[in-house]
Amino acid sequence: MSSHDTPVVAKSQAQYEYDRHHNAVHMRKQVINFAIMIFLTFIAFAVVAADFSKYLIFPFVLLLAGVQVVLQLYAFMHLEDKKTHFGGVIGFFMWMGILIAFTFFLAFLTIIWW
Amino acid sequence: MSSYTQKKGFGATIWDYITTVDHKKLAVMYLLAGTLFFAIAGFEALLMRIQLMKPNNDFVSAGFFNELLTMHGTTMLFLAATPLLFAFMNMLVPLQIGARDVAFPFLNSLGFWLFFLGAVFLHLSFFMGGAPDAGWTSYASLSLYSPGHGIDFYVLGLQISGAGTLISGLNFIVTIITMRAPGMTFMRMPLFTWTALVSSALILFAFPPLTIGLLMMLFDRMFGGNFFDHTMGGNTIIWEHLFWIFGHPEVYILVLPAFGLFSEIIPAFSRKRLFGYSSMVFATILIGFLGFMVWAHHMFTVGLGPTANAIFAVATMAIAVPTGMKVFNWILTIWGGSIKVTTPMLYALGFIPSFVAGGVTGVMQASAPLDYQLHDSYFIVAHFHYVIVGGIVTALFGSAHFYWPIFFNRMLNETLGKWTFWVFFIGFHLTFFVQHFLGLMGMPRRVFTYMEGQGWDQFNYISTIGALMMGVGVIMMVINCLMSIKGKPAGRDPWGDGRTLEWAIPQPIPFYNFRQTPLVRGLDPYWIEKQEGNKEGMTYAEPLGDIHMPNNSAIPFVISLGMFIAAFGALYNPDADKPWSIYVLIIGLAITFGAMIVRSVKDDHGFHLHKEEILEIEEQLYGKGGNK
Repeated sequence: MSSHDTPVVAKSQAQYEYDRHHNAVHMRKQVINFAIMIFLTFIAFAVVAADFSKYLIFPFVLLLAGVQVVLQLYAFMHLEDKKTHFGGVIGFFMWMGILIAFTFFLAFLTIIWW
Repeated sequence: MSSYTQKKGFGATIWDYITTVDHKKLAVMYLLAGTLFFAIAGFEALLMRIQLMKPNNDFVSAGFFNELLTMHGTTMLFLAATPLLFAFMNMLVPLQIGARDVAFPFLNSLGFWLFFLGAVFLHLSFFMGGAPDAGWTSYASLSLYSPGHGIDFYVLGLQISGAGTLISGLNFIVTIITMRAPGMTFMRMPLFTWTALVSSALILFAFPPLTIGLLMMLFDRMFGGNFFDHTMGGNTIIWEHLFWIFGHPEVYILVLPAFGLFSEIIPAFSRKRLFGYSSMVFATILIGFLGFMVWAHHMFTVGLGPTANAIFAVATMAIAVPTGMKVFNWILTIWGGSIKVTTPMLYALGFIPSFVAGGVTGVMQASAPLDYQLHDSYFIVAHFHYVIVGGIVTALFGSAHFYWPIFFNRMLNETLGKWTFWVFFIGFHLTFFVQHFLGLMGMPRRVFTYMEGQGWDQFNYISTIGALMMGVGVIMMVINCLMSIKGKPAGRDPWGDGRTLEWAIPQPIPFYNFRQTPLVRGLDPYWIEKQEGNKEGMTYAEPLGDIHMPNNSAIPFVISLGMFIAAFGALYNPDADKPWSIYVLIIGLAITFGAMIVRSVKDDHGFHLHKEEILEIEEQLYGKGGNK
């Protein structure tokens, strides 16, 4: 057998139970995060429906959007997963990209006049 | 005799290069293609300089001059400097990190063919009704009203070759992060690999804005879109922002690998490890990051307002800090070293003062009030040629000498190399130093001629003489390269001062690179092994075993060819008298998507190279009568 072949080993009972427990915990996390997302969306709609001042609604909804983006990245797109290879590097690239894109966004809003 | 060790016929060799996914062969292809476009763009520069040699000259027409200056800038940046640096990145990065190939060999080939066919498409414009003529920046207020198809060639050609560059950039990021040999931590990576990583990250973030800008331009010109037409509620400034959001990082995409190449040459010939390695890494990342925060300094005179100008001015000046760190680190590497002034080292020594001169004029322009005076004058032309020729071209020439034995197992002639350096270097300063003064005297850039009696005649004449010297220098360089074909095999570590893994590998390099993956025990691994008297040059991390290699594939070429054909359809589609163009577009896209479907549906697991075959290949390469 060469050094590059992957051996196939049957799961032991303990491993099976560990995996099962791990998966259950993981699923619970997913459902909770999903509920939080729905709840945040609901609040956003509620704030608009309640007809508050637009100076409250705009920053508040933008804040919620920011929170949802982070939740999306970490909960559903596996950035929090410590077992991901080079997770730190991936996170660094993502945040760098977000920061750079935000600069463009800010500049386009502030220094382009019509 | 196995099929790996047989001599191939001419047709089979061509087919091998079209279908190859080997990073070393692609590096050679990038080198050849880049040199071709470098020669074309250099020739365009010579024509421009001959036109400007004396006042009221009529060597070329005003319209053709515009085409020349546009194609010179576009070609030099996108189609000469980028592929030439990709040649070194392709060749060296996998070797420096101890990998068999890049992470996605198929994409590597696709990136090359997209770049090459996009570049060919752009250059066909000369023979098909006129080249683009709105400058390499192609500002929308000018380019939207350019008659003919020149700008369409620019938009479509750059879109295709830009996709190739983006693909290659992504490939390098993944390669460097995931394919490092055991022990090759981030902080043990050679500085060229570091700069290749940061530069690839810049490609990843900078090319999408260009793609968007080009797409909007395409809509405006071909489908009557109004993104940049102010009479229809658009805004021409948006193009400028999108272009420079890409365009400024592009400068760093090119200059960072050049820094990396010098950071390899200088320690090798100072026979000392690089001074301040970790600060060099930090400075590279910082330059990369700050490169995104300064694009509006190209637009100070647009009227962004004093606040925006001040912010971008300060951010621009901040870049001088990490760049200064690098310059001092290079000087301190040389300081106290046992210096060997070889041709590559000569280029490095010439690079430091030239690049610093370009940097100083850059800081001058970063000051927004002064930039109002300098903008659009020859001072700007002098500045960016000092940075690009003084920084990037010297790096390319110097490392061509340095790395020629890695590419071709031959040495370039040192005596001719030194002569080339002096001819080119003196020519370069003669051409561009006087242009500072021309700019300060008020000569605007991008003019095809000028009136006499303004005090510009003498300096323009000197500048043209310098340009001709640079031309002679390039020809001497090419002759040197051609002469090396007849040279003797160089063998491993021909300079005797190699420090990193690419020098540890035996020559000629077998297509699977390292027979066994090396174990990296510190910065400059080959130096460490040499110091410990290890004749093998490497400590291995694994026993000799089967090697998994990718299969060659013609699909990348076919995908790119489809795009190339489709681009002609898109180009002629707005013309009322060319109804066939839509079919060309459809056929081209059908070829591309057909090839992509074939690639997706057909599994290609590559092949295994067995132990016996490896031993047979090595015997053929390094045994009696080997080492060709």
